[in-house]
Amino acid sequence: MPSQQSEHPDDRLARLRGPQPPQPYTARKITALTANPACARRAVLDAAGVDKALLAQQVGYEPRFGQSPFALAREQAFHSLVKWGSYAELIRLLREQLSVPVAEAHVTDLNEVGGNTALHLRERETRRLIAHVASGQDIRLILDRPVLTLQVAGRTAYLEPDALTHRIEGKFHVVLIRSFAAIDGQANPTAVAEAAKQAAVYVLALHRAFETASLPTEQISHEFLLVCPKDFSNRPYGRLIDLRQELDALQFQLSRLRRAEDLAAQLPGTATLDTARSAGELSSSIEALDASYTPSCLSFCEMARYCRDEADGCASPARLGSGVRNDLPGIDSTRTALDYLDGVAAPGEAEAEAVDLLRAAARLRRLRRRAA
Amino acid sequence: MSVLSTVATITASHTGRAEPLTTVRHQHLDEQPFVLVPLTLAGEACAPLAALAGTDPERPMLLTVRQPRNRAERFRFAERLATLLLAYIDGCRTETEPYTVGRGKEKEERLRFQRAPQLLVPNGEGIAYVRLLGRLTRLRATEGPYAVDPSVPALGKWLTWFADLAEFPNSGALLAMTRLLAANWATGQSSSEDSHLASLFAWIDPPEDSDGARAAREAEDPAVWPPAGPSTDPVFDRTLHALMTRYDDASDDRGREAVGRQIDHELSGQMLPTWRLMWRGVELLRELPEGAHVPGRWDLDRRWFSEYVEYLDADGRPQARRDQAVRAARRLARLEDAVTRFEAERAFDDPLVMAEYELTGEAFTGTVTARDEDRFIPGDRPGSQVWRPTIVLRTDTRVGLAVGTEVKSPARPGQEARILEVRQEDGAGHTVVLQLKGGFARKRTPPAPPGTLAETGEELTYTTLNPTAMPSVLPDEENTPWTHGGPPQPYEPTDEDAEETWE
Ligand code: SF4
Repeated sequence: MPSQQSEHPDDRLARLRGPQPPQPYTARKITALTANPACARRAVLDAAGVDKALLAQQVGYEPRFGQSPFALAREQAFHSLVKWGSYAELIRLLREQLSVPVAEAHVTDLNEVGGNTALHLRERETRRLIAHVASGQDIRLILDRPVLTLQVAGRTAYLEPDALTHRIEGKFHVVLIRSFAAIDGQANPTAVAEAAKQAAVYVLALHRAFETASLPTEQISHEFLLVCPKDFSNRPYGRLIDLRQELDALQFQLSRLRRAEDLAAQLPGTATLDTARSAGELSSSIEALDASYTPSCLSFCEMARYCRDEADGCASPARLGSGVRNDLPGIDSTRTALDYLDGVAAPGEAEAEAVDLLRAAARLRRLRRRAA
Repeated sequence: MSVLSTVATITASHTGRAEPLTTVRHQHLDEQPFVLVPLTLAGEACAPLAALAGTDPERPMLLTVRQPRNRAERFRFAERLATLLLAYIDGCRTETEPYTVGRGKEKEERLRFQRAPQLLVPNGEGIAYVRLLGRLTRLRATEGPYAVDPSVPALGKWLTWFADLAEFPNSGALLAMTRLLAANWATGQSSSEDSHLASLFAWIDPPEDSDGARAAREAEDPAVWPPAGPSTDPVFDRTLHALMTRYDDASDDRGREAVGRQIDHELSGQMLPTWRLMWRGVELLRELPEGAHVPGRWDLDRRWFSEYVEYLDADGRPQARRDQAVRAARRLARLEDAVTRFEAERAFDDPLVMAEYELTGEAFTGTVTARDEDRFIPGDRPGSQVWRPTIVLRTDTRVGLAVGTEVKSPARPGQEARILEVRQEDGAGHTVVLQLKGGFARKRTPPAPPGTLAETGEELTYTTLNPTAMPSVLPDEENTPWTHGGPPQPYEPTDEDAEETWE
């Protein structure tokens, strides 16, 4: 067995994953990662390209994610509607919403390069075309499904935004096509926020691409175009959304993400995340990675139900939400908190103030419930 | 979230049973609420798929859309819902009773119905659904190329009325069951998990042989407990998708009808568990005594209902797509007032809610140790004397309020009190001297009529909260100055509104 020190970090992550093909990083994964940057478990699982849904299933937790065939069909229909006729609808929106003086533009389909769908080829071709447009040679070119890269926790992520527009007043815009509706000009704010976070990932990746090509990054707009169905129809509607805040937040979070290979290196040599292995082996390897469960995990992470049971087991206050966690500063278990309340344990100096307040609250609860 | 609810939550998480957060119910629950459990088609803004609706727990009315891509079917759904809901609303146009508004010269007698409709949905998304369906249907034209049945826009206006009131905490016109339950009980799970009706119930009302934690986990399995909607379970959607395809492909009417009945059956199965939970929730909530201010708030709902009926009879134009600036500003101000007042009323009605304010220092409770019934102080006019008795309260907790603060007691809400002195006692606790004014059955000299002045030994709570604080004054809508665009005009639906696609 090769010693851990001499092993190349990427090999270590690949070995953890085993023979299964790696799952790619997506913008959604990156935003989820930055939503919970303290979670080493997720960082390693994603960096190793482990299929988390399958992993969760192997250790006995069927993830509750899945897409309805209706939603899928609607999404596909909307995407093809926007792309139909060489993005005629997108060009209409650009003309109407952004006063772009173009009636048409041509589109380069980057879903493949000469019949080849390999990511690195598509990425290289994307870079070539960006340089081409940025130099001003071909300003009316829309890139369909370009490929960009970004370094996340020490690993290269390949990203595929829906589209990248040609230069509008000298700037490139990332385009996201989503099938949630904008009713009377307003879409579900949570959905928009999620789209904006993902768009920020693409814009950041675009920055990297410009930097590598020594192109001026001022050409990249800090706004992205969100295209979604208008009202109750499926007619496309578009709005530019400012991303400066999301970009700052993302950059900060990415810089904080610990390098996944450092985290992986701390695992015992026998650890494995190979989904073909036994549940016992997998569980003990997962346990060796520190998690940081919060209730929001339930909405974005396939491992959530596993981590929730673990958090329940050690009575972590964070499992009950940030309200409870904030009221128990420095107390790492609700069992301990209750022991303080019952007087079976005495809090340390650092916890005394918070515990006094909790005791006062518990006393009032007893008194006032009786009074009623 | 208050520290009190944190204590309740961590206690619940260890006992496996929900802990009460209140001692009374703060919302009106009607004798005959209209329960609506809706489902929508995944992926679209508001494509109704099915609903169980009605006022009889034993006889829910089943509405389904067997082919949601068919525009006519969607409007048929809206018509059928309208038939049920409008009949219910009509049933609330009962006998009227007089009530007065305004004070002094502005005083006016008006009439209001003795009933008002109450709509109950499973969760917050249910409220959003009501709002969207209202938006979708209220602007439709009943004549012209895209004509719909007149009941459709009527339904839309009422749904919008409900949804608008749902934002006001002092209205019980449209309520979400998860919110109602979570306001009264703390569970041992997070609030996002509490928004799942079945898991919330598992904590509050666990099966005999189980505990909340275990039952809540089981309730998360959509195969056993389908989601409370309006979103459907993606796995169920696969079954439904297959059935709908068969429905479309059926070679004759008989075949199609057979598959249609199967679709109805499947959809009903997805909603029935939620329907039962809704009524179980109504039962549980009814077991809680009603807070003292609840009837007053229901009076207000009946007034709003009566006013809207009157408006519809006289004018009837639908609510605008979006509020104009003036109307939006007024609405916001009303909303702020409503929130403040509701919070204060809740605390006055419920010692367990008041405890939250005691903990933050906005209220305190103590025992009366002395009183000075014959106290007079110099009045405003030179040489005059006014009667201002004092009481002394002894409390063993911290008093966070300063000398000079005006406070009120739920025990005698009509009596004004002002803190004259706060003394820290040796050991723990404080002594507070309070000067009292009013609330003596209109008497201006001692002795105080029995019961109007606290006796020694009585336990009292005082707080800065004031449920009778006057709301902020805004000019009438009709008197909006021209600088603000003049009085807002009712919305005129356009042809474009009527033509809006819905397919
Ligand atoms: S669910 Fe677990 S692995 Fe996923 S982010 Fe939360 S704590 Fe990390």
